[in-house]
Amino acid sequence: MTTSRGTKIALSIFAAITFAFVYIPLMIVIINSFNSGRTLGWPPEGFSTQWWAKAIDNEGVRNALVTSVILALVATAIALVLGTLASLALSRFTFFGQDSVSLLIILPIALPGIVTGIALNNVFTSYLGGLTFTTLIVGHTTFCIVVVYNNALARLRRMGVNLEDASSDLGAGPFTTFRLVTFPLMRSALIAGGVLAFGLSFDEIIVTTFTAGPGITTLPIWIYQNLFRPNQAPIVNVVAAALVLISIVPVYIAQKLSSDDERGAGVM
Amino acid sequence: MTTAAAAAPRGGFGYRHPRARLVGLLGAPMAWLVVVYLGSLAALFLTAFWTVDGFTGAVVRTFTLDNFIDVFTTPAYLQVMVRTIGIAISVTLLCLVLAVPVAYFMARVAPHRWQPLLVAMILTPLWASYLVKVYAWRAMLNPESGVIAWFLQPLGLGGPGFGAVGIIITLTYLWLPYMVLPVYAGFSRLPNSMLDASADLGARSWRTFRSVIVPMIFPSIVAGSIFTFSLSLGDYITAQIVGGKTQMLGNVVQQNYVTNLPFAAAFATIPVIIVLIYLAAVRRSGALENL
Amino acid sequence: MHRSRLLTLAVATSAAALVLTACGGGSDDAGGDAGAAPGGEAFAGPVGDGEGALSVLAWPGYAEDGSTDPAADWVTPFEEATGCQVDVKVFGTSDEAVKLMQGGGYDVVSASGDASLRLIYGDNVQPINMDLVPNYADIFPDLKDKSHNTVNGVSYGVPHGRGANLLVWDKNTAGEDVDSWSIMFEEDSPVAGGVGPYDSPIYIADAAVYLMATQPDLGITDPYALDQEQFDAAIELLKKQKGLVSEYWSDYNKQIEAVTAGTMTGATSWQVLVNYYPENIGSTKAKEGATGWSDTWMIAKDTPNLNCAYKWLDWIASPEINAQAAEWFGEAPANSKACDLTADPEHCANYHAGDPAYWEDVYYWNTPTEACLDGRTDVKCVPYAEWSKAWSELRS
Repeated sequence: MTTSRGTKIALSIFAAITFAFVYIPLMIVIINSFNSGRTLGWPPEGFSTQWWAKAIDNEGVRNALVTSVILALVATAIALVLGTLASLALSRFTFFGQDSVSLLIILPIALPGIVTGIALNNVFTSYLGGLTFTTLIVGHTTFCIVVVYNNALARLRRMGVNLEDASSDLGAGPFTTFRLVTFPLMRSALIAGGVLAFGLSFDEIIVTTFTAGPGITTLPIWIYQNLFRPNQAPIVNVVAAALVLISIVPVYIAQKLSSDDERGAGVM
Repeated sequence: MTTAAAAAPRGGFGYRHPRARLVGLLGAPMAWLVVVYLGSLAALFLTAFWTVDGFTGAVVRTFTLDNFIDVFTTPAYLQVMVRTIGIAISVTLLCLVLAVPVAYFMARVAPHRWQPLLVAMILTPLWASYLVKVYAWRAMLNPESGVIAWFLQPLGLGGPGFGAVGIIITLTYLWLPYMVLPVYAGFSRLPNSMLDASADLGARSWRTFRSVIVPMIFPSIVAGSIFTFSLSLGDYITAQIVGGKTQMLGNVVQQNYVTNLPFAAAFATIPVIIVLIYLAAVRRSGALENL
Repeated sequence: MHRSRLLTLAVATSAAALVLTACGGGSDDAGGDAGAAPGGEAFAGPVGDGEGALSVLAWPGYAEDGSTDPAADWVTPFEEATGCQVDVKVFGTSDEAVKLMQGGGYDVVSASGDASLRLIYGDNVQPINMDLVPNYADIFPDLKDKSHNTVNGVSYGVPHGRGANLLVWDKNTAGEDVDSWSIMFEEDSPVAGGVGPYDSPIYIADAAVYLMATQPDLGITDPYALDQEQFDAAIELLKKQKGLVSEYWSDYNKQIEAVTAGTMTGATSWQVLVNYYPENIGSTKAKEGATGWSDTWMIAKDTPNLNCAYKWLDWIASPEINAQAAEWFGEAPANSKACDLTADPEHCANYHAGDPAYWEDVYYWNTPTEACLDGRTDVKCVPYAEWSKAWSELRS
């Protein structure tokens, strides 16, 4: 290769510094969750695990967690159906307006969340009778479609059409072909897309703020409401640290899947 | 919009009744995106031409252009626009400066068996809660009790504190993975043979980088920049938490959403227009395929 | 159905405008003459069994369910007593409360004076039949029938409590003896760079209160009744103040964090926040007087949980609960009998619950209208929409 030794060393150092930049704040979060003090301050006052115990006992956190999981599951399920359909249409057909359609699908993630948020909020509150859990699901699904679509589309393009052609040459109808040929080949990409959609929904705060009905508290909303609350700050630290630690799980799944496939899948 | 001039059906789905099948596939997702999403955006845009009751703040449906005139003639608002675009560009450039060497290191310098681990290390923070990360930066940046101040104070220096610089650092932190990942994928896709050929022809490393590698990974960079730029453009929570008194476009929209929805709607069209222009400009680069 | 609601709203708002112009809005007591009251008829009663649910929109600290502090919980006993499961949503500013009420889905709201009239004339709340709220009888008389809770002699809510917006400062930076808002406004302030104003258009009134004392020539008598010249002077002062500001706050948690960390060293605050502060933070009602609040519990117009809503209003106005809530938040209770039941026997004395003189220079939040609230008829005052526009511009 053409990279000189000096360049390699320089690049390694640069990468190390960047990874430090990425990880130091996360470390601080984890360290802070064991801080015996009540406020967010550095250096920590002392070591304590009492906040972890309190957080596990906290009903608000538990309810918010359940709400977030249900929401993310439902939004992901709908997005999986809609995203897969769209990806099949765009990879297996050529049609007029194709570019506009693909642009439309990526628009919800390219436009600022606050625009999507107030646009949906305006329609729901002014014309459709107010916000509920359903409106929240609608909001989340809208931006989840694109990640499923991207993963599925990339896979469909790589797969090519030979196997599907062979299947229909052998007399299989489109549904049989999808069930027995296309879907099995897409499965890992759909799981990767689904995991991403789940994560995106689970972490979403802006669209949630504007589309959640009264009394609905997702985990990010709970964090946001309690972020600076003096009695709650230590518990927020714990929840934050737990989320950092748990985030390793989906990354592990995505890695597992993409090492089966090609590098960089599931990137979004 | 999908007047299916369904040509050249490819794959098993197109053989019989291609048009009907295309409609069957696209119908549901398009219905959702057009009705729910575009419909809402259109309704919001329409609201931008209305006004509010000066007393109750409720929307009154009389046509006016005042909101747009206010948006584009009030110096304070123009300032916030310029500031926000400046922040979004700074964040994008910073992400680029950090991401290209790191991605190159990951794809071309680090031992091959490290690669899954390195990708995982970039992905993990993406999964940690957004709020948690912004919150962590509040802990980092706090001028009195922050980590940065704590390290810098013995040196007689002050940290950046809360403000525009704090926002830029935090947003760069938040969106960096969105830039690293596509650029890394771009570097990974480069065939060794091409780099070797360039070297065989006598090109030095820098020259190879500039005239061979950069054009090849350009679409990846653009794909990353769509995220870093547009996510920065619309963010308001980061400014709320680490911005001190500095505001961004999103803050103005968010505040006015409460008291004057039509004005907020008019203001919200600005980031939409900027993003649409950006998307249109980069469409040709093939970046959209790299998202 | 929605169309008709909008129509009613349009009719109601134009009627409101007429009424306001006619009354001149001057007197503190509501005009008693006849006229269409917005919001329809009050519930005739009787209050029956609860519907099983109640959605409460409240200022932080007004509807505590023990999640902030296990000791502060008057929601759970309410749930046990009535079977109404309560969902509490807190808001940070009156604007936010109005917006959320306009969006629907909440049954009761604790509205300050700058929100209550907007809710009444916006047709978002309904008149209250006080015969169904037995504890209303014990509310301090000087909180009843006020312009912010009563229209045309019709009551729209039950008073909750009142308080003044306090000045807090860091004694290490500004010294022990601070008694003036000047540290938040003047360039030579010891807390320059650490000033923390409240992030809402209504804060313009705080600047007006300061101008009342420092620039008497402007002739401001009511900080919510500012003509263009007075208003411009207030905005000018706020622009100057911006150079001293570290952060604007509306999220009360953010203020606690910033004041405790020492980045916000001079700010406007509430007693409920002051309760958290360490020794080195001083607090007082500044000598220039202060803005303040007098809050009212109101019932959403189209609530499906009317029985629970009435039960809540009576619950929160009861001496025991009003004492708990007022003491927790740090304000003067509205129920006169609450004063005997506070944990700190001096609470009512400390908060001047029954001391009219104290409230003379406390200007309760109100909604500015074009017809000057101070009774002037020779000029037009700057209405709230302009306040919020100016604030948005100032903050940009």
